[in-house]
Amino acid sequence: MNIVVCIKQVPDTTEVKLDPKTGTLIRDGVPSIINPDDKAGLEAALRLKDEKGAKVTVVSMGPPQADLALREAMAMGADEAILVTDRAFGGADTWATSTTLAAALKKLSYDLIITGRQAIDGDTAQVGPQIAEHLKLANISYAEEIKVDGDYITVKRQYEDRYDVIKAKLPILITALAELNQPRYMSPGGIFDAYREKEVTVWTLKDLDVNLDHIGLKGSPTKVKKSFTKGAKQAGKVYNVDPLESAEIIVNKMKEKFIL
Amino acid sequence: MSLSEYKGIFVFAEQRDRKVQKVALELIGKGKELAKELQTTVTAVLLGKDMLDEAKKLNYAGADKVIYVDDDALDLYMTEPYVHVLHTIVLEKKPEIVLFGASAIGRDLAPRVSARVHTGLTADCTSLAIAADDDDPAKLNLMMTRPAFGGNIMATIACPNFRPQMATIRPGVMKEAVYSENNELNIEEYKIEIPESCVNVQILETVKIIQEKMNVEDATVLVSGGRGMKGPENYAMLEELADLLGGTISASRAAVDAGWVSKDRQVGQTGKTVRPNLYIACGISGAIQHLAGMEESDLIIAINKDEYAPMFEVADVGIVGDIFKVVPALIDELKKAGRVAKN
Repeated sequence: MNIVVCIKQVPDTTEVKLDPKTGTLIRDGVPSIINPDDKAGLEAALRLKDEKGAKVTVVSMGPPQADLALREAMAMGADEAILVTDRAFGGADTWATSTTLAAALKKLSYDLIITGRQAIDGDTAQVGPQIAEHLKLANISYAEEIKVDGDYITVKRQYEDRYDVIKAKLPILITALAELNQPRYMSPGGIFDAYREKEVTVWTLKDLDVNLDHIGLKGSPTKVKKSFTKGAKQAGKVYNVDPLESAEIIVNKMKEKFIL
Repeated sequence: MSLSEYKGIFVFAEQRDRKVQKVALELIGKGKELAKELQTTVTAVLLGKDMLDEAKKLNYAGADKVIYVDDDALDLYMTEPYVHVLHTIVLEKKPEIVLFGASAIGRDLAPRVSARVHTGLTADCTSLAIAADDDDPAKLNLMMTRPAFGGNIMATIACPNFRPQMATIRPGVMKEAVYSENNELNIEEYKIEIPESCVNVQILETVKIIQEKMNVEDATVLVSGGRGMKGPENYAMLEELADLLGGTISASRAAVDAGWVSKDRQVGQTGKTVRPNLYIACGISGAIQHLAGMEESDLIIAINKDEYAPMFEVADVGIVGDIFKVVPALIDELKKAGRVAKN
């Protein structure tokens, strides 16, 4: 079985702090990590490899530094790593990103593609389903459990108030939730191989069959018009009144904010 | 493609268990505001099985028109049959805007539809507005604002050169329009063949998760208790309040360390980061580690007897008072306002 896992290198947004005075982001010293949902997807692929035998290939689109995320993936047990990188791919929205990644995936053989549900820096959850669309594959989002049996996969798909157990035929694309598992650590032998023995294959624009009008900033249907921080939060009003009046104030505020 | 050919606002009316979901009504409400500015109409699109009566509700909720598609393959949500139907409708009807709820279903469906149509999609918007295009003042674009970077920044995004402009909208942030059964019914029962090849997955079972297990991260309303709750027995009143508001309970580290509440309910730096529409902090002083986990909540209400509690600095409404009096009074007031507990 050939499994391809798409991973993204992201800044650890839980480490990002707001400057309380200016309301701007403090990005200095924020570490880069493999996006948590993607890492769970990689772990799921590695477990299938342990259980049934599979070749696991990791693919990442990003700047040259994403090499580090791919080497970490190989140190965890991935067999091959491909970095899709080119200035022409930069500034892409989800449509252009998924078009580029789909072009890379078309060059690989796969029975199963796993992506994370969403990246913690963008939170869109769009690239996985859009890759499936470009490849004309079925997709099952929000996998909490994955089982493969022969040519079929069974996935527990998590929703807000329920889960579905879904069966489908391979090949298919699954988006993984961080809750899927606890990713393993890199092994010492894996680290040695990932940094000394193995290579990260680099694919640039000339390696992919893509339309220049469909990639990068230029090929992105959406355009960021402005971005801003919400600024330091203003304290609200504090009341010191009897319980009944307090309750009325709260209920009125809920109505004002459409919660009631 | 001539962009001006695209007219009207379409809203995907999500259903579960053959019931229209609240977010659909919220999207109709917002759609009507936008339609007024664009001088156009709002059409709700409902996909399901035996739901003609529910379709009427969409007119009552303010949709000028309803497109209803009835098919066995649309009863339970499956990606491909839904994408096939919506894609066909979008190509034929050419709306200028299509809105989806940013629910699990909307966030699976919208990306595929937008990719098939080849247009832009903006996820998890919290505000929508109309603005004239930078280069062509006659062209009106949808300005879609969303949180990014873990909620640390907001970005306003447009899709100037493609139509329809598509967005998923966070549930709970838009206001429903006035619901009236006097609204005129205008339902088109849309016929479409769904090829068997579309049904490429098989749903073996659907299991509903009981309300008590609602994740704190998924809750739109959190009633959170801290050290001021004094003991586990007092969480019953917070449960009742949360129930009335359709939410669940959470806790500060102090309450979890004391063993009053399970660890999976803990909000803060060493617990969960939450961003509900409403966060009610009861007897929580507001240590910086706790604030880090909840300060992005849309509306924060704090009840604490200590008027110097740091929680009041991030609260939209602060009540200096005894939680054991204010919370029961609040429960009474909500019941008077017609709230009914679900459990």
